[in-house]
Amino acid sequence: MSRAAEPNGRELASRLREGDLSAAPAVLNLVENRSPDSRQQSAELLAALSPAALGHEAPGHIVGITGPPGVGKSTLLSRLTAEWRARQRTVAVLAVDPTSRRSGGALLGDRARIEVDPSDRSVFIRSTAAGDRLGGLAPATRAAASALATAFDVVVIETVGVGQSETEIADVADTVVVVIQPGSGDVLQFLKAGIMEVPDVLVVTKADLGALATRAAADLRAALRSLGESATAVVAVSAIPPGTGIVELVDALNAHRAALDLTQRRLQARRLHALGDFVSEFGERGIRALGGRRSAEEWLQEQDSDHDVPTLLSALERKSGLK
Amino acid sequence: MSETPSARLPEPDRPWMMRTYAGHSDAKRSNELYRRNLAKGQTGLSVAFDLPTQTGYDPDHELARGEVGKVGVSIAHKGDMLALLDGIPLEEMNTSMTINATAAWLLALYIVTAEEHDVPQTKLQGTTQNDILKEYLSRGTYAFPPGPSMRLIADTIAYTVEHVPKWNPINICSYHLQEAGATPVQEIAYSMSNAIAVLDAVRERVPQTLMADVFGRISFFVNAGVRFIEEHAKLRAMARLWEALGRERYGVEDPKRRRFRYGVQVNSLGLTEAQPENNVYRVALEALAVTLGRSARARAIQLPAWNEALGLPRPWDQQWSLRLQQILAYETDLLEYPDIFEGSKVMDGLVTELVEGASEEIDRVRELGGAVDAVDYMKSSLVESHRERWRRIEAGELTVVGMNRFTSSEPSPLTADADGGILRVDPQVEAEQKLAVQQWRSERDQNAVDAALQELSRVAADDSENIMPATIAAARAGATTGEWAQTLRAVFGEYRAPTGVGEAAAISSSDVAELRQEVERVSERLGRRLKFLVGKPGLDGHSNGAEQIAVRARDAGMDVVYEGIRLTPSQIANSAAQEGVHVVGLSILSGSHKELIPAVIEALTDAGVGDTPVIVGGIIPQADAAWLREAGIAAIYTPADWDLNRMMRDIISLVAERNGIGAAASA
Repeated sequence: MSRAAEPNGRELASRLREGDLSAAPAVLNLVENRSPDSRQQSAELLAALSPAALGHEAPGHIVGITGPPGVGKSTLLSRLTAEWRARQRTVAVLAVDPTSRRSGGALLGDRARIEVDPSDRSVFIRSTAAGDRLGGLAPATRAAASALATAFDVVVIETVGVGQSETEIADVADTVVVVIQPGSGDVLQFLKAGIMEVPDVLVVTKADLGALATRAAADLRAALRSLGESATAVVAVSAIPPGTGIVELVDALNAHRAALDLTQRRLQARRLHALGDFVSEFGERGIRALGGRRSAEEWLQEQDSDHDVPTLLSALERKSGLK
Repeated sequence: MSETPSARLPEPDRPWMMRTYAGHSDAKRSNELYRRNLAKGQTGLSVAFDLPTQTGYDPDHELARGEVGKVGVSIAHKGDMLALLDGIPLEEMNTSMTINATAAWLLALYIVTAEEHDVPQTKLQGTTQNDILKEYLSRGTYAFPPGPSMRLIADTIAYTVEHVPKWNPINICSYHLQEAGATPVQEIAYSMSNAIAVLDAVRERVPQTLMADVFGRISFFVNAGVRFIEEHAKLRAMARLWEALGRERYGVEDPKRRRFRYGVQVNSLGLTEAQPENNVYRVALEALAVTLGRSARARAIQLPAWNEALGLPRPWDQQWSLRLQQILAYETDLLEYPDIFEGSKVMDGLVTELVEGASEEIDRVRELGGAVDAVDYMKSSLVESHRERWRRIEAGELTVVGMNRFTSSEPSPLTADADGGILRVDPQVEAEQKLAVQQWRSERDQNAVDAALQELSRVAADDSENIMPATIAAARAGATTGEWAQTLRAVFGEYRAPTGVGEAAAISSSDVAELRQEVERVSERLGRRLKFLVGKPGLDGHSNGAEQIAVRARDAGMDVVYEGIRLTPSQIANSAAQEGVHVVGLSILSGSHKELIPAVIEALTDAGVGDTPVIVGGIIPQADAAWLREAGIAAIYTPADWDLNRMMRDIISLVAERNGIGAAASA
């Protein structure tokens, strides 16, 4: 018995446009699929969901959440999801685990740590192991995030790490959240040294530790002020029931999104998305053929702002002469 | 020829307490079984509870589906406990209860039952297993997070030391660590670390003057494998470490209270489904490990039945195991001598080696902040050891007779019966118990129950109070197991233990190179990596098998979704759909496959992924295999299928076939 053909990109796009959340698993199956036919369908999906096709930006809020391992991201996500659901918002979580891949295979256990009501059809969680190809976030995650933002109110990309991953997340998310725990001086040092881009929202977990957490939050605020970034919200949360700071965090995320020039941020995201996909495909050789990353980015700035990701990617491929 | 006086004891020792781990269906049927067992010469009771009772759910809860009365007896309230112990003299009986997360509750039911028979609690003798860390590490019947769980343990210890002085409030279990793959060193080290965590927690809650009593009441529940010489050395090593711990860390002066006391159930991990009659010999040799040397002899013994790898043992199977104990104690000369290893250089050398290895590992756990904080570390070390053990069996480095060597066999007359040589629980039991608990709720004084639970909730939220008095009051008022646990869940929150699989190291690539190539080929054709969901539906917490499958599938190159134990069919189906997996594997050891598997298949269909192939592994009797295939199961694996690589090959072919991918062109 052979499987029925997977649904095509246009069908899935129209289901998402109608707000059909049950299309999500098939969307992920499609964008993860690297066969030539699926890639074609995937490009059609993205084209059909581009602002040019929709007439507006996809309305969902794409939130990137990153932080070192063991900091409590999954627990935080459980509480955040509960709060979003309490506000009647639908949630998709793309959990990317860059550390799990060994020997080709990967163990994906993240979804177990995110507590949700399994009968709630308005929450979607998908785990992916990154690292199958070079370049952090998998192309599938970028495509999935922008596609799902058409139908879901909130799309979360969760990934592990500090220093590199928030930059990659920034390429696709509207709002970047870095999660740290009290007593981890690294982040402060990274920020001061400019190794780390300043996130949009900083979360200090384990606020139940009291003074330690309060001081960590204060140190971060001081560091941000000295960098002239006092607009960055710093929120202390505790995920231990009943939980504190979660309402404030959701408010901070909403405030960031409301103040954002969404058109500009998404335009930038599409350009970097196309460049990221190009690098996944052609690697360093591809970047050299474009005359280096900076010049590729500058060239992308000159492209028509209506171009969707597949169009930009084709343009990059043509320019590089590699395809 | 005259004998030196020290060669024989003036009087033979009294035999150890003989028990059989027993109980199934409801209280009435288990009570009949207990009375028959006692009439056969069993000297103590060992109560097996079903999984809903162990995890704090009433028989009519969604998670209890398929599990009621399966691996033990269902006890939902004091009425059940009264029926269970009907006609058994509680002032004389020594009752061991394998109960952990809900130990405080079952102890309360026992106390209230004694009260109704006018037996004061000071006279009660027995044991509550009450060891939560090994539930996180291996057995899986936990209910609450580590902090509150340790408090419940400390409270039961503090309460019994004062009010039920002959009770063993906790059995520190090394048993399940060995089942999870622990080496002797790990078994010693992790159980000692566990004991330290418990004692430290109790120290916070009792006056210092009581600590010697507390230490003296802590006993162990150990395992013994077939390498019986080393296993005996392990017990002597534990005795040595325990004595030193009492003296040095807790300042216990009375040597009697520093004595290492343990009960034992010998190894089930090494029992085979292939040629199951051989298990009788294994069990006999393992029994020697815990009886041979007088200075480290078990206080209480229960032996598994020959057919545990096939399904639930019948009363006759258990009788056969009891007879082994009786032959050992009453026919042989075992009890007539002082310690026969006294002065043995070999034994002393082995013990020293184990003590040194274990001490190092105990230090490592201490550096990680103690046993509670080191659960993740210990869990992944166990998964790792188990993986290594399995690799050695597959490679033929470790001989298991009848399984990976000497495998040709005549047909066994023992399994030729119509029932396949195992016990089958009447499927009506669950329906009966559901009705019975609903009737119980409708007939009791609801106001009294509400008030008792409200008080329980208040005490639970106040860390400075002991939970036992409010628990006993709730038992007396007629509250149910599910209500007691739900009240505490509402205050303490729920918990999911680490799976340990993420950190397990990969096996050497040469062992799986071919598999990886095949996974790559099929994934290439699928367009994305072959994705496999390993699920454990129901309440069964025996996750060792599922973990080994998950790790091997990853080593073979698959993307594996494994979420741990205790999932409802709809959770599994939801994950399968959302994760876009190509195949689902279910692991069930509690005998509830007939109820749970159709429920998972139905849920997969409801989730729109009914065409995903499903395979099943676990303790599945032969007789059920055909029925399961008809229900839509693509393949069934039992403990006889020990070759994991072969299982992986099957899974890859199954996915290929279902997706219209042909076999690789032969080179």
